[in-house]
Formats: sequence, structure tokens, C-alpha cells
Amino acid sequence: MLRLENIKKTFNPGTVNEKCAIRNLSLHLAPGDFATVIGSNGAGKSTMFGAIAGSFFADEGTIILDGEDITFTQEYKRSRVIGRLFQDPLKGTAPHMTIEENLALAFLRASTGTVPFSRISKKDKELFREQLQLLDMGLEDRMKQPVGLLSGGQRQALTLLMATMVPPKLLLLDEHTAALDPATADKVLELTKKIIAKNHTTCLMVTHNMQQALELGNRTLMMDDGKIVLDVRGKERADMSVSDLLERFRTGAGKDLDNDRILLSMEG
Amino acid sequence: MLYVIQTALELGFMYALVAMALFLSYRILDIADLTTDSGFVLGAAVSVVVAAAGHPFLAVFAAIFAGACAGFVTAFLQTRLGVPSILAGIVTNTGLYTVNLMVMGWSSNVSLLKQATLFTMLRDTGIGGSWYKLILAAGVTVLAGVLLVWFLGTRLGLSIRATGDNTDMVRASSVNPVFTVTVGLCVSNALTALSGAVVGQYQKSADINSGTGIVVIGLACLIIGETVIGRRNIAVNAAAAVAGSIIYRFIYAVILKTSVVPIECLKLVTAVVVALAIASPALKEWGALKKRKMGAQQKGGR
Repeated sequence: MLRLENIKKTFNPGTVNEKCAIRNLSLHLAPGDFATVIGSNGAGKSTMFGAIAGSFFADEGTIILDGEDITFTQEYKRSRVIGRLFQDPLKGTAPHMTIEENLALAFLRASTGTVPFSRISKKDKELFREQLQLLDMGLEDRMKQPVGLLSGGQRQALTLLMATMVPPKLLLLDEHTAALDPATADKVLELTKKIIAKNHTTCLMVTHNMQQALELGNRTLMMDDGKIVLDVRGKERADMSVSDLLERFRTGAGKDLDNDRILLSMEG
Repeated sequence: MLYVIQTALELGFMYALVAMALFLSYRILDIADLTTDSGFVLGAAVSVVVAAAGHPFLAVFAAIFAGACAGFVTAFLQTRLGVPSILAGIVTNTGLYTVNLMVMGWSSNVSLLKQATLFTMLRDTGIGGSWYKLILAAGVTVLAGVLLVWFLGTRLGLSIRATGDNTDMVRASSVNPVFTVTVGLCVSNALTALSGAVVGQYQKSADINSGTGIVVIGLACLIIGETVIGRRNIAVNAAAAVAGSIIYRFIYAVILKTSVVPIECLKLVTAVVVALAIASPALKEWGALKKRKMGAQQKGGR
């Protein structure tokens, strides 16, 4: 489904702030793969997501999604088939527009060549209502309210719905539950699992929770210094404990995993 | 007295189009579009020149088109060439000065003498009696307002609104923000030019300096309207722009009649009002902090 070949990206080239964020990164995801991604601070996780989603163009290498070369496709065009959630729940929704209007915008992705002057129809509203009911947050009765009034968790759940209402070919989750309180985070995670299972969506998910990294999905990727240093799946993964994972990281990267948030979430 | 009220209403409705344009660019797209001043003159110049050639109807559409082109240039500068939005407006504004002179045949003003305007045409039909000017001014503005509100409810309109609200989210919804900003600025400048076009035919003349400060006056109208009517939804906001513009023209008329403030000072007063209104959230915050500090000092006994 997704194939990255020797992707390289250097930020601020030729200056003192030059930073090679990813180098010779290659990855292949089969259709329906759900891979979790872990790694140190500055390992290039978010950069990899940015390269896939098209926030910037890679300096070298090619990106192929579902057989189509998207290396130089603009971000807004890629978003037709790639859904993306950020850690910040405020990033995915327009606060001064109503829930209904936000959903209508997300629904634009479904429609190739709809008339730009068409309006939200009764049928669309029914569909939005049905979809909102799935969230089980009572949002279906607040469709005329501006999204700015919702809590962070509600906004993130809404963003998840917006990213998946029209099933994308690839879903990128960048620590999308990290900024939420534990109960809400669980709820959003449950929803994520449900939606991914229903649509068999190919998915990449960054997490800082090692337990989660092993439990969710069918593959675990570890990144360090702009490369993927570990890729486990199948029986090997099923038998793996968190300490095994850390040990494997040490041998793979030649150093300890250094992420200020990972330890916290292991204790909890 | 009646004449004063009538004139204030007429001007209020005609200039309300500028407030509506600023509502679109400043409030919705979050861009301070300084193309407005010259865009207004452009509309007036095109309108008067084409009307002088005997086509008052065509004149209005030509002015709208010219305004949209001006908006396109500003949008192109800021979305494609990376010129900061304020500067893009100033650059277009400066360039338009020459374009406006060119439109008026390298003269600083043009007048309509005996030629028909939309206003004289309506007068000749006898509709509305002595209120014909107001009927036409209100008609054009209300029609434009209804179209604007309708447009902002369409998918394209929603995309434009979201662009000003959260650009990231727009991109993630497969909408190109470059496109939505461009359409938004074209529409807002078309509205500004429409205002110029109607005013030009109303006054039967266009002057190269008639647009000076119109962006600040438009903002003042918008803010007055929002204070009086509120900002609940798009339709209310559009109505607020019209109401604000009418209120502004009434204040203008009162000042003109009573000379409470010398009329020469009006632009300064307008500028101060706009600055204060836009600064009010910051001023309120500063006041609250002062109060909080005072309270803390009294409690601490220091």
C-alpha cells in the first residue's frame, strides 16, 4: 500500500541549524497493515509523517501510495487519500464553524468534482448525525454549535471522524491521544481501533506508550537518528515484552532509548 | 431634515458594500487587505468611464470585474510569491493609483454630464418617487449581501471560511488554501469595486482621491455594526456591516450639521475609534491585570 524508498530530508541546509531529520528511510506497508512507531526524541517520526503527508517534499527518494508515485504531489491533493491526526486536538478542526460545517468540509474529500456551489443537503446531515452517534458523546444533538465549545477530547474524536468518514487509503496518527486526559485518551483510542478494524485501514501510529506499541496493530517500528532500526511483527512481536523491546532497541541503535515521556508511561 | 436622513441612508447602504468586503477579507479570511482604498477608486473610475460611454449597466459589471482582478493580483502576490499579506495589499494599492489615472484618461477626475446612470434611469421610470436613489442603493446592497451570505454557505464558501479559521485543517480536507484565499480576495475586492461603482454613478463623478482612508472607515462601520447587532452567524454579520455603515453615515451627518467636531478632523476621529475598538481586548486584559495586581498588593499589605 505504502512504499517509501530511500527518503532523505535535511532541514535548514547550509546553515548552522542544518539538521538531517531522516536519511535513507525505507518502509513498506502492506494493505491493512497497522504499524505502531516508537523512537527517541528527534528520531524523525514526525518528519516521516510530514514526508508521507506532503507537508514538505523529500530531498531524495520516492513515495508510492497504492501504486501511485506521490513524491511531488501537493499536500492538499494527498489529503484526499491520507487522513492525519496530530497530538494537538485544536489542529484538526475549525473552531468558529459548527460541527456540521466542519464535517461538511471533511466530506469534501469524498466527492471528486462536486459542484463548488452546492450546499449541505438533508442527506448529508443525516449521514453526519449517524456518524456522530458512533462517537457516543452526544455531539449529534449539538451539530449547530461551533466546534470551539467542545472539549479537547471531543474535538479529537471529531477530527478522527473527519479523517475517516471517507475511509482514507492511509491513516497517520501522530500521538493523537497524548494531549488528552487518561479516560478520554482511552475512549479515543477505542474509537480508533474500532474504525481501523471496520475499514481495514492501513495505518501508522506514533506512540510513546511501549505497552501500546506492542499491543496495538500488527507491526512495531522503532526509529532512531532518521532511520527505522527495528521492525517486528508476527510471532516475534507477540512474544515480546517491553524490556525485550528496549533491549532490541539498544542492540539496533547502539544506545538506550531516550525519550522523556516513555518512562513515565511505563510506570503508569 | 428629511433630506439629511435620506442622504445618510443612501450613503450608508452604498458604503456598506465596503464594510461587507472587509467582513470577508478581515473577519473571515483574517487578512488586512489594503487593496481596498484604490480598489474603491478603480470601481468608481471604471463605472463612470463606461457609463460616460453610454452603458451604465455594463459599467457596474465592468467595475466588479476590475475589482476582482485587483483582488487577484493581491492574492497572487501573497499566495504564490510569498509577499506578506499587508505588503501585498500596499503594493497593489500603489500600482492601482496609476491604473486608476489611466482608466480616467490620465486625469485626476472624470464626470458624467448628461449621460444616463442607473440612478437617472430609475428616476425616469418614476418608481419610488423622491426615494428612488435610496431604493437603488438599498437594492444593490441587499442583493449583494444576500448573495454573499448564500455564497458563504456553499462548499466553496465553507472552505473559504475554514481557511481563515484553521489553514491546516483545510489542507487536510483536500482544499487548496491558495485557491480559497484567491477566490476570497477576488470576491471581497469585487464588492469594494461595486461600492465604488454605485457611488461613482450616484455622485456622477470619480476622483483619484475618493478612496483615501476608505479601508479604515469600512472597518469602523464593521466594528460599529458588530457592537450594535452582534456576531452570531454569517447572516447577522452581513446585516451588521450594513447597519454599522448606516450608523456611521448618520454620525457623519450629525457632525456635518452641528460641527461638534470640525469636519476636517473626521478621519482622525474615525482612525482613533477604529484603533480603540480593535485594541479593546488588549486594553481590557491590561485593565484586569492592573486590578488584579492592586488587589494582591492590598491583601499582602505592602
